[in-house]
Amino acid sequence: MTTVGEMSDLLAWGTASAYAIALVAFAIDLSGRLGVRSVAREKALAAATPASGASTVATDVVDPAVRDTTSAGAVSEATARRAASLTSPWKAWSVSKPLAIAVSVSWMGLALHLAAIVTRGFAAGRAPWANLYEFILVGAFFAMAVFLVVQTRWEIRFLGTIVSGLATLAIVVALNAFHVEAAGVQPALQSYWLVIHVGIAVLATGIFTVAFAASVTQLLRDSRDEGSPMLASRRWSWLDQVPTAAQLELLSFRINAVGFVLWTFTLVSGSVWAEDAWGRYWGWDPKEVWSFVIWVVYAAYLHARTTRGWSGRRAAWFVVVGYACVLFNFTGVNMLFSGKHSYSGV
Amino acid sequence: MSGYRPEGIENAFAEDGAPAPASRPSGELPALGVVGWLRWGWRQLTSMRVALLLLMLLAVAAVPGSTIPQRPQDPSKVVEFFDDNPGVAPWLDKLQMFDVYGSVWFSAIYLLLFVSLVGCILPRAKVHWIALRARPPRTPRRMGRYPAQGARVYAASYTPAQVADAAAAHLRGRGPLPRFRVEQGTETSAGARAPEGEPGPVHVVAAERGYLRETGNIVFHLALVGLLVAVGLGQALQYRGQAIVVQGRGFANSVSAYDTFSEGPWFREENLPPFTMVLDDFTSTFTDDAMPVAKDFTAFVSVTDPAGTRLETIKVNHPLTIEGAKVYLQGNGYAPRLTVKDADGNVTFAGTVPFIPEDQVYTSRGVVKVPDVVTGEQIGLVGYLLPTAQLSAQGVRSLHPDLLNPVLVLTVWTGDLGLDDGVPQNVYELETEKMTQARTADGQPVTLMLAPGTTVDLPDGLGTLTLDDIPRFVALDLRHDPALTWIAIFAFTAIGGLMLSLFTPRRRVWLRVSTRSDGDGPARTVVETAGLARTDDAGLQPEVDALLAFLDTRDPAPDDRPAEDNPTPDDSPATDDLGETR
Repeated sequence: MTTVGEMSDLLAWGTASAYAIALVAFAIDLSGRLGVRSVAREKALAAATPASGASTVATDVVDPAVRDTTSAGAVSEATARRAASLTSPWKAWSVSKPLAIAVSVSWMGLALHLAAIVTRGFAAGRAPWANLYEFILVGAFFAMAVFLVVQTRWEIRFLGTIVSGLATLAIVVALNAFHVEAAGVQPALQSYWLVIHVGIAVLATGIFTVAFAASVTQLLRDSRDEGSPMLASRRWSWLDQVPTAAQLELLSFRINAVGFVLWTFTLVSGSVWAEDAWGRYWGWDPKEVWSFVIWVVYAAYLHARTTRGWSGRRAAWFVVVGYACVLFNFTGVNMLFSGKHSYSGV
Repeated sequence: MSGYRPEGIENAFAEDGAPAPASRPSGELPALGVVGWLRWGWRQLTSMRVALLLLMLLAVAAVPGSTIPQRPQDPSKVVEFFDDNPGVAPWLDKLQMFDVYGSVWFSAIYLLLFVSLVGCILPRAKVHWIALRARPPRTPRRMGRYPAQGARVYAASYTPAQVADAAAAHLRGRGPLPRFRVEQGTETSAGARAPEGEPGPVHVVAAERGYLRETGNIVFHLALVGLLVAVGLGQALQYRGQAIVVQGRGFANSVSAYDTFSEGPWFREENLPPFTMVLDDFTSTFTDDAMPVAKDFTAFVSVTDPAGTRLETIKVNHPLTIEGAKVYLQGNGYAPRLTVKDADGNVTFAGTVPFIPEDQVYTSRGVVKVPDVVTGEQIGLVGYLLPTAQLSAQGVRSLHPDLLNPVLVLTVWTGDLGLDDGVPQNVYELETEKMTQARTADGQPVTLMLAPGTTVDLPDGLGTLTLDDIPRFVALDLRHDPALTWIAIFAFTAIGGLMLSLFTPRRRVWLRVSTRSDGDGPARTVVETAGLARTDDAGLQPEVDALLAFLDTRDPAPDDRPAEDNPTPDDSPATDDLGETR
């Protein structure tokens, strides 16, 4: 007879297996796109050439060649222009069989994932995000959930390889290295702020993960467009099918904007809780230091992308650095430094 | 001073927004006076580039505080670091590395950042203030170049004025605050610019929404300034005191009653609220696992202030608030009540001694100093309290934090306690330099073991030691920061402003309605509409589509609508810039 806690661990292994299958399927899908140069992309590239290098996007792409029209018949013409400049590269991401499998298996994995988290919560009798193992488990869940929900609205399935890869890796590492038995928590953690503060922090981490995947793809695509010899081979030709670097920048920004607001809320709610539990709202505990660093890096990112000479590639590097800080804050800070945020051994 | 644009891309709206920074011809260096240099410096400081640089510096500068021990957080770790790294530590100390967040260089970065912020945001606020009162931009003559478009043709019975009124009503919305700022007007079709076949006046509607975007941006940044000021004021006015209170005892809220007390420079002692507090009882519950985990701590106290005496509880996460000051339960442990008598029966020590818990099972270490001996040398007792003692071959250890089988294990030292030198001593450490340990005949240290209510003889005829009972003690932390409310207000205002600035869509919608007749055909009402967004905006085309759909519902004669000119909605493809699948 397995306990509820053990059931949660089994479900977590099942989740990791599902994500691993999805990862393979996403990768096969990408490999199936090698060497396919879509007509739409050529058009989009040609249209984008005058403005290449700038990250400013889309809304003001005004083609002077398009004759101004004043009659009602303008609709179809304008539609054609828009379709050529923006929409088609996204639409060109056709649904292959592996891709359909990948998305279905991801949804299945997400269901298992949710079950693993819920059973964990029952086994521990509290919100299931109070130690490192649980942070990683729930963080990976939010990353996959954000990815899967967003891909129902926007065509971002090309990010599947990166996101499902990160999620698989996270769960396997968590199960092997950081697993602890489900248990209650000490008095300092018995607060609804555990649900709010930690829950929002983990959600923000999941969101930053998806944005990170978008920015990495943006950097790769941009390098390939710029003719980087490392990315010139056929192996990387799937990059021709993903949205333009400018569109990816925009996608990353939208997701990061949500993540940044949530991270701000993480800091503020953490301060409220610290004021009650520790008698100070801010004390430069290592976790607080790194949460602050993350906040400042993403704030710098938001400023960089509107600063001349810093938008585009450079701004994307801020996302990479910021996400590295997020991961370090999640794991390294607990393992390397001792502070008030160390609980349950790690 | 127009460089500070955190929220979006300055392209589409730049035409009548803030002017783009003037580009300076390179290689040409005009002679600058002092004022010129100051102005140049100010312009640099308030530029976005420098703000960005300062943000990056701030992130990097914050890191050492997590890797090097910090004096305000953990002074003992700093001492340890000095012992371990005698070569590097003094140099790091000169660089203020042991107090990073109070250091000159860290302060310089964030103060410059805030000066830069203020220097940018105030001019922007002024620009925005003017923009808030400005009218929506004129309806363009040609709609073809805008990212969102739509058109309709109605029968002439649906007059241009009716269409324009309906559109304006729809854009304003029905709520108390208008969705769009709307301006209606007519243009005469006189002049060479008028297209062919446009008799009668042209009705135009210009609408703009999303002013809250910039408002939120400004509010966010100003709230950060407010936050910094509030934190600074709080630091200057706050005070904090720590006291260890044994069960049955109490303390009065005065500076001298605290074991440690720290205050900001503007604190005045008369600001301390007058009250006394007695610890009546303390309860703790632990799990019964092999490694017991605390489940609950509760201190029961009686608080007496000018209004009377009342009973209160203090828990972890639930501080007690007394006139703005918060009292936190920061620690707890056992304080054995001990009596020492000398060989003649004189009581040389009687009282409680807090033993500090060192692990999860409350193996607690404590020191008893007996300086007031009648004759002979002073006595020091050092040892451990084991709440649930278990004897084994390896020695004694505690199994559980509750007092299930308490045993006090002490070793005995005699000599000079060093208390008369005037040098402050740690009450939890015994200075053994001038003392000797009592040993048995075979040279082993004498170990005394006591259960509550027992008396043992001290070695070498020093007298007796009695463990009367073991009450609890709590470590209380009293803190008052008058700026807390303001800090909270500014923090939540900042979040609100941030959300507005990141998520408010800023859009313009234009509508142009005219009556037209092409050649012999019947007169028709032709509607053209266009939308423009400040940043990429997935909702722009739906906004235009919704406007046209609303106009359709106001058509008095929908059956007369010339069908061939109106595409069915399904013909218009999904046009969101992010390839939204609809």
